[in-house]
Amino acid sequence: MAIYPLKETRTPPKSQTKAIAWLKDNLFSSISNAALTFVALYVIYLLLPPILNWTIFDANFDLTADNQSCGREGACWSFINANLKMFIYGFYPEEELWRVNTMFGLIAVLVIFGSLIKKSQYRAHYIIGSFLIYPVVAFVLLYGGLGLEIVETDKWGGLTLTVVVAAIGIIASFPLGILFALGRQSEMRVVKFISVIYIEFVRGVPLITILFMASVVLPLFFSAGMDFDKLLRALIGITLFQTAYIAEVIRGGLQAIPKGQYEAADAAGLSFMQKTILIILPQALKISIPNIVGSFIALFKDTTLLLIIGLFDMLAIVGAASSNSSWLGRETEGYVFVAMVIWVILYLMSRYSKRLEVRFSTEHR
Amino acid sequence: MSELINKEIGEKDCCNIIEIKGLNKWYGDFHALKNIDLNVKEGEIIVICGPSGSGKSTLIRCVNFLEKFQEGSITVDGTELTDDVKKIRQIRSEVSMVFQHFNLFPHLSIINNLTLAPIWVHNETRQEAREKALKLLDRVGIKDQAEKYPNQLSGGQQQRVAIARALCTSPKIMLFDEPTSALDPEMISEVLDVMIELAKEGITMVCVTHEMGFAKKVADRVIFMDVGQVIEQNTPDKFFDNPESERLQTFLDQILTQ
Repeated sequence: MAIYPLKETRTPPKSQTKAIAWLKDNLFSSISNAALTFVALYVIYLLLPPILNWTIFDANFDLTADNQSCGREGACWSFINANLKMFIYGFYPEEELWRVNTMFGLIAVLVIFGSLIKKSQYRAHYIIGSFLIYPVVAFVLLYGGLGLEIVETDKWGGLTLTVVVAAIGIIASFPLGILFALGRQSEMRVVKFISVIYIEFVRGVPLITILFMASVVLPLFFSAGMDFDKLLRALIGITLFQTAYIAEVIRGGLQAIPKGQYEAADAAGLSFMQKTILIILPQALKISIPNIVGSFIALFKDTTLLLIIGLFDMLAIVGAASSNSSWLGRETEGYVFVAMVIWVILYLMSRYSKRLEVRFSTEHR
Repeated sequence: MSELINKEIGEKDCCNIIEIKGLNKWYGDFHALKNIDLNVKEGEIIVICGPSGSGKSTLIRCVNFLEKFQEGSITVDGTELTDDVKKIRQIRSEVSMVFQHFNLFPHLSIINNLTLAPIWVHNETRQEAREKALKLLDRVGIKDQAEKYPNQLSGGQQQRVAIARALCTSPKIMLFDEPTSALDPEMISEVLDVMIELAKEGITMVCVTHEMGFAKKVADRVIFMDVGQVIEQNTPDKFFDNPESERLQTFLDQILTQ
């Protein structure tokens, strides 16, 4: 037999110029891949110039121009500028806009302060406290009371309404979704039965049906005097809808937890609640982060359906603004603008989800 | 814990800490445990072996009620196991288990894996639990890994953490469910060494394992199970040198000539 000496480790061989290597690996690795690359380039060649011409080169960036002086060959961005307040605040009274600004400003303050006390032992208290107190403050600011003039919810609209509805839907549906996910896994037959019926019923119905039910059918069950707010009804509908989806997403996470984790928690003598809160849920939620955020992104987009029941979210505002006689025919600018705003918000949400995943990862730190 | 761990080995003929009487268990129609009678004395080291599917894991999992059984009774330290959740939790707080696949909590650091049960089940303060946990980690030789996460450790290290976690609640009884079966060969001895140390300190241990070297070295009694029943039990010397039943002879021939 033979004995082999230990070999020295060395750095990997240098490939050719990096850019060329990259092109070869990613765009021209095979004949079909190369063909796809050329097709894609051709599609970009066809689409990009007209888009750029309309949005930039032929567009009128004079923010004081009116509909007539703007011209028809390109976008008229003064439309956005002229209606910006409506896009953001809907029909909220001009002199009360500071209240909306304060509400959004407070979020920024809370987040910044939260990141400053990252190491503090009171951070958990701070976060829970914020979640309990902030909604009350935000409600008083937005709706009124305590000396502030009441602003009815039919005046709310635009980005404000979109964000408020999405935020309430997300915050309310998350704990409810956890409960229903646990309910569906429960060994108690009644709890399990109710959870399954609820989840399957709601998931089998489109959101638009639920919104119609909430806004048209629900009032039939109440006497005339008891009619309650349209926005509140929509919020309840959206929360019920989102709860079912979150429950299913979290159930997926729960099912991915190995049986050994339950057994180890049981064997240590933990109670059912302790086991669920300390061992099972943290792991299940961590696994579910991408899907939970995906579900929230879907909810954010679904808020545009509010226009069906007569609430003016940002998308509906485009229609309202462009039907104004002085801005007729400028919907396209509005829709492009709204699309960009929504895209930026959703992109940030998705990036944040990535960061959360990395933060909670205990795999290779 | 110290009074338990420092207990002299000579006290072993005192009283039964585990009494199993007429235990029967079925999985559906499959009769997994057939009329098992078994007593374990305080401080005794028991090794259970047998071919796979013989019911040895099921048996020790019945002791802390991870498995339900249909007939018979199990009494642990004077408390009889019933469906009563309080009694189950009480027994579980006195009985610790080490699993084949470690089952550490991957979302918690090593130190938090150890202090979880002391804090939440035994109402210790964070400080007490932490100090005791660090001592135990030191004993199993991984004190410097306390702030790491389970997935950053090797299999052998994880199992040693699991043993430390099991000890952290000062249990009267330790159950080992094939603690070395999922380990790479070069890591088995580091876990066995810890278990041998533990055995010398006088804690009651019931180990399901195929490590016959371990059985010979520390066991007071070795039990051979097959097809859901106890076939033979004896002191290690007689068990290995003079197996009485044919089944045990065949089994020993198979695993010792590997």
